[in-house]
Amino acid sequence: MANLIARSPAEGLLPLANGDATLSEVVPEAITSLMALDGATFPLPGPGRSTQRGGGLLLWSGRNQALLVGPRPDPIPQIAMTDQSDAWAVLRLEGPAARAVLARLTPLDLRDAGLGEGRVARSLLGHMPALFHRAGPDRYELFVFRSMTGTAVHEVERAMRGVAARG
Amino acid sequence: MRVPGYGLIDRDAPLKFRFDNDWVKGYAGDTVASALLAQGTRLMGRSFKYHRPRGPLTADSAEPNALITTHDGARRIPNVRATVQPAIHGLRTRSQNAWPSLGLDVLEVNDLAAPFLGAGFYYKTFMWPPKAWEKLYEPLIRRAAGLGALSGDPDPWRQEKAFAHCDLLVVGGGPAGLMAAREAAEAGADVILADEDEILGGRLTREAEAVDGRPGHAWAAETVAALRAMGVRVMPRTTVTGAYDGGTYGALERVSHHLADPHPDLPRDCFWRIAAKSCVLAAGALERHIAFPMNDRPGIMLGSAVRAYLRRWGVAPGHRIAIFTTSDDGHRTAADLRAAGIEVPAVIDPREDAPEGAIRGEVVGTSGRLGLTRIEIRPSGGGRRWIECDALAVSGGWNPTLHLTCHLGARPVWDETLATFVPRDGAVPGMTVAGAAAGLFSTAQALESGREAAQAALARIGRQHASTALPKADATPPRQIAPLDVRGPKGTRHRAWLDFQNDVTVKDVRQAAQENYASVEHMKRYTTQGMATDQGKTSNVAALAVLADATGRGIPETGTTTFRPPFSPVPISAMGAGATGAGFAPERLTTSDPAMRARGAPMIETGLWYRPGWFPQGDEDWRAACSREAAMVRTTVGVADVSTLGKIDIQGPGAAALLDFVYANSFSTLKEGRVRYGLMLREDGHVMDDGTTARLGPQHYVMTTTTAAADQVMRHLEFVTQCLRPDLDVALISTTEQWAQFSVAGPRARETVQSIVAEPVTDETFPFMACGPVTVAGTPGRLFRISFSGEHAYEIAVPSRYGAHLWRDLLARAEALGGGPYGMEALNVLRIEKGFITHSEITGRVTAFDIGMDRMISERKDCIGKAASRRPALLENREEMVGLRSLGGAPITAGAHLYREGDRPDAPNDQGYVTSPCWSPALGAHIALGFLRNGRSRHGEVVRMVDRVRGHQTRVEIVDPVQFDPKGGRARG
Repeated sequence: MANLIARSPAEGLLPLANGDATLSEVVPEAITSLMALDGATFPLPGPGRSTQRGGGLLLWSGRNQALLVGPRPDPIPQIAMTDQSDAWAVLRLEGPAARAVLARLTPLDLRDAGLGEGRVARSLLGHMPALFHRAGPDRYELFVFRSMTGTAVHEVERAMRGVAARG
Repeated sequence: MRVPGYGLIDRDAPLKFRFDNDWVKGYAGDTVASALLAQGTRLMGRSFKYHRPRGPLTADSAEPNALITTHDGARRIPNVRATVQPAIHGLRTRSQNAWPSLGLDVLEVNDLAAPFLGAGFYYKTFMWPPKAWEKLYEPLIRRAAGLGALSGDPDPWRQEKAFAHCDLLVVGGGPAGLMAAREAAEAGADVILADEDEILGGRLTREAEAVDGRPGHAWAAETVAALRAMGVRVMPRTTVTGAYDGGTYGALERVSHHLADPHPDLPRDCFWRIAAKSCVLAAGALERHIAFPMNDRPGIMLGSAVRAYLRRWGVAPGHRIAIFTTSDDGHRTAADLRAAGIEVPAVIDPREDAPEGAIRGEVVGTSGRLGLTRIEIRPSGGGRRWIECDALAVSGGWNPTLHLTCHLGARPVWDETLATFVPRDGAVPGMTVAGAAAGLFSTAQALESGREAAQAALARIGRQHASTALPKADATPPRQIAPLDVRGPKGTRHRAWLDFQNDVTVKDVRQAAQENYASVEHMKRYTTQGMATDQGKTSNVAALAVLADATGRGIPETGTTTFRPPFSPVPISAMGAGATGAGFAPERLTTSDPAMRARGAPMIETGLWYRPGWFPQGDEDWRAACSREAAMVRTTVGVADVSTLGKIDIQGPGAAALLDFVYANSFSTLKEGRVRYGLMLREDGHVMDDGTTARLGPQHYVMTTTTAAADQVMRHLEFVTQCLRPDLDVALISTTEQWAQFSVAGPRARETVQSIVAEPVTDETFPFMACGPVTVAGTPGRLFRISFSGEHAYEIAVPSRYGAHLWRDLLARAEALGGGPYGMEALNVLRIEKGFITHSEITGRVTAFDIGMDRMISERKDCIGKAASRRPALLENREEMVGLRSLGGAPITAGAHLYREGDRPDAPNDQGYVTSPCWSPALGAHIALGFLRNGRSRHGEVVRMVDRVRGHQTRVEIVDPVQFDPKGGRARG
C-alpha cells in the first residue's frame, strides 16, 4: 500500500512578493504544544516571550501554554504535550515593508517597544485569531489556523498590494 | 480671478476638470472650489430645503454649501466638499440637488414657500393621515430635499483600514501642532502628526504671517521636512475624526482623492485606528459668520476664507469685495486685499471703536439671485444705502475647533473674555489642547502653547527634554469681539441663515423657543440645526446664541449640543474596508475541500466552515442526490468529511474529574480505548452541546464537540478550569485543526477501513464505541467506531497534512465497493431517521428532559447544570422531542407548528413545532423530528402541522424519534 502524501497548508498559494515584502510558507519539523501540570519544573516562557530550547524555538502561546517549533520533543515530566504540527500554517512575512503590511491587519503595537525581536503575541490577523512571532528586524512569522490559510494569504496579499501601491 | 504673484499653486502645472457641463482650468494645488472661484464661478450648489443658490462659505472642511459629486457610475462619490477636493486633471464633478441645472432649479419654488416651511414644518404638516407619512410624504420630501446620492451599485473602490501606535499624536499641523511635534520629536518621542490639508501649516499657508522672519508657509515647510528627518510620521490629508477610550483615535486618510490616475491597488481612503499614549489637539478655530438678512448668497464668505483663497491659491473671489466684521480680522482682510490690488468698496464694522476708515454700521440686506451684486448697509448715524460689490467677506470672531475634546462626554466652557467656548481641562485623558483650539489666537501664542502642550505630554509619558527655542512671530491676538453677534431681522420677511446646509434661520430658532423647544437639544431636533453632514460646524454657536437671546438666558446657561464622532464624514466602506463579499468573514476549508468542489458539491456554510451539501451525479437535483447518498450509506458504504467537529485534547490527573463535572454523565468510569456519548449542560440546566469523548489513556481524553459549538465549548472548559475548578490538575487544548477525520459508514464500512488500516479491525479489536491508534497507509492515525448514521461506522483520523490524500484514497476504495461520498443533506437524513439530535434540536431552550435524556444526568455525581435542571418548570408539562411522520404524502416543513386536530391553529392552541424534516428513502415517507407538549406519551396520536410562512399544512402522526432500526443492531453489527 502506498504511503499517504503530505500536503502543506499553503501549498500552491505561496510564495508571493509585492513591493518590499514577501510572503512564504515555513514548514517546521514539528509543532508541539507544552502545558505544565502540577509539579512541573520545566520552565515555559513568560507571556509574549520566546526561548531557544532543545534545537527548537519555544514560543509562549497562551496561559500556561507554549509551542515548541522544531524537533519532536521527548517526554518531559509533568508537561502535557500535544502534537499540533498540522494545526497551524506558518507564514513568513519579511522585507522592509513587512511592518506596514501587518499594520493593515492587526491592532498589535508592532514597534520595537511593543513587539521587539523574539517577542510573541496572540492577536487578530484581519478577522482571524493568530500568533505573531517577530523573528527578525523585518521578519514576522504568522501562525494561523490551517483551515484559514487561504483567507490569511488573501488578506496579507491584499495588504501587500495596498502598501506597495503607495510606493 | 487669479492674482499674479500670490498662491502656493504650481502655475507650471495647468490642468482641466469638468464641473457639470463645463471644463474648468486650474493648477496643481488648486481645490475644486478655488479653481471655480478663479474663473468667476461662485454658484456651486443648492441648499437642502429651499434650493437656495449657494457658493462656498469657507476654504476648508467645515464647508456647508459647496458640496459636489465626483466621479461617474458606480464610482460616484456624493457630498464631496469642493473646498477640500483637490482639483485633478480629468476629474468629473457635478453639482447636487438641482434640476434641470444649477442655474435654473425648478424646486427653487420651495424658496417662495419658505414662510410655510419653517421649524417643525414636517411635524405639523404631515401628521394626517398617519399612513401617508411612509408612503407619500416621506418619499416626496426625500426627493425634493436632499444632498448627493450614492449610485446604488456595489462600491468598486478599494478601501483600506490600518492601525498605528505612537507616544504622541498631534492633531493639526498649524503653528501649534508643528511646534508640539518638533518639541516631542527632539525629545525622542515617537510622534504622529496628522493634518486635514495636503500642505501642512494651517493658517500659515493662508495668511500673511512671518515666522522667524520668513513667510509662515516657508517656515512650516522647513519644519515639516525637519520633522520627517527626525522620524515623525507626517500624515497629510488625514482628519482625526474621533477620540475614543484608552487613548484611541480614529482618523480618515484620503489616500488617492488627489491623484488623476491612481494605481489600481491604491485605496481611496484609509481608516486609521491610532493608539496614542498622549495627544496634542491643535485643530485651530473656525471663523463665525454673522446672521444678517439674506446672508447666504453666493459671493458671501468668511473673511478667513477670502484671505485663504488669496494667499493659498492666488484667487480673489470677487472684483469688488466688501467687508463686514465684528473683529479686527476684517480689517486684516481689507489690508490684504488692497495690498493685492483688489478693490474694497467698504469695511463695515458695528463696534463703537471701529478703526478709522471703516463705516460704523451693519449690513441689513443683500441682492443678486445667483450671486451677490450689492449689499444694503445701515450706518450707525442713520439712513440706509446700497453698495455695489460681488463678494462680501464676513468676520464674526472665532470658535475653537474643540470637537474632539467633547467626544468622551465633556462639555466646553464659555469664556466671557474671549466670547467663545473653550475646551474643558482634562476633557479627554491624555489630551492637551494648544493654539487657537485652546482660545490662543496669535501665532506667537500658538507656537508657545504647542511647545508647552508637548512638554506636558512628554511629562505624562515620562520623557524629559530641555525646551527648544521659540521662533519669533506675531503676538497680537485679535481684539475683543463681544458680544457674540446676534443680529437677525425682526419683523421683516428677510431671513438670516445660521445653518446653511440644513436651511435653518434665526427665525426658526426663535420660533422653536416660542413653541417651548427651549432646551438646546430640543431646538436642534426641532429645527434640524447642526444635523446635516457638516454637523453645524459654522452654525452651532451662533444658533445657541440666538436661542439664549430668545429665551433670555445667558450662553453658558443655554449650553451646547453634544459633539460626537466623527468630526467629519467617514465612509462606512473605509471603516469596514475589505469586509465585503468573501472578505466578510474568514473561510475555514477542510483538507478535502478542493476534491469536493471538483466533484461539483455545492458548499454550505456552517459557522465559518464550508461543508458539502451533496455530490450531484448527472442531472440530479439536490433531493435525488441526497436520497441516493442516504440509500448508499444504508446499503453499501459512504464517506464524509467530519473534520469540522471540534476536538479538544484533555490531559492530566484531573482530566476524568473535569469531564465528570462538565458532562451530565460519567466519564471517569469510561475504560481506556472506549468512546462514550456525552451531554453537556449549561449552568441554567439547559443543554449546551453533545458529542463523543474517547479515553486514550489513564489521564488522556479527546472530547468531540459539534461543529457549531466548538468555540463555545472550548471557552466553557477554559472558564471551568480557570474559575470554577482551579483545583483540577488538567491541561486542555484544541486539536480541531490537527486532525483530518472522515466518517466511513455502511454495511461495507469495515471492508473499506480494513483495506487501508494495518491493524485487524474486527468486532473483537474494534467493537462498537471502541477507539485506538492505528496505522493508516503507513501513517499513525486514530480509529473510532462510532456512528451518527445508525450504520456500522468508523471515524478515521490522520494528521491534516495527509487529509487530502486520505480522502481521495478512501473514496476510491468506497467506490470500488459501490459506495461513495455523502454530503450534509444525506448526513442529516440519516440522523433524522435515527432520531439523533443536532443544534436544530438543542437550540438553547431545550433540556435533557425534553430530548428524552434526563436519565443521563448522573445520580452519583454533581455536574454543571444538574441543580438547575431539577427545577419543576424544566420537568413538567414540557414540549418533548418526538418523531413525526407525514400522513398522505405531503412534506413536513421546518419551523411549522403543531396543533390538535380540530383546534384553531393559533398561538393559544400551539402544541409544538418541527425542527428537522426530511424525505426518508429508507422509510419511504416524509418524516421529521419535532417537539410536542408531553409528546412522549402521545405516540400514535395524529396532529395537524401548519406552516404559516409557506402557507402549507398536513396531518402528521406522532412516533418515536428513532424511526429506523430502533434496536440499533446495525451499528453494533
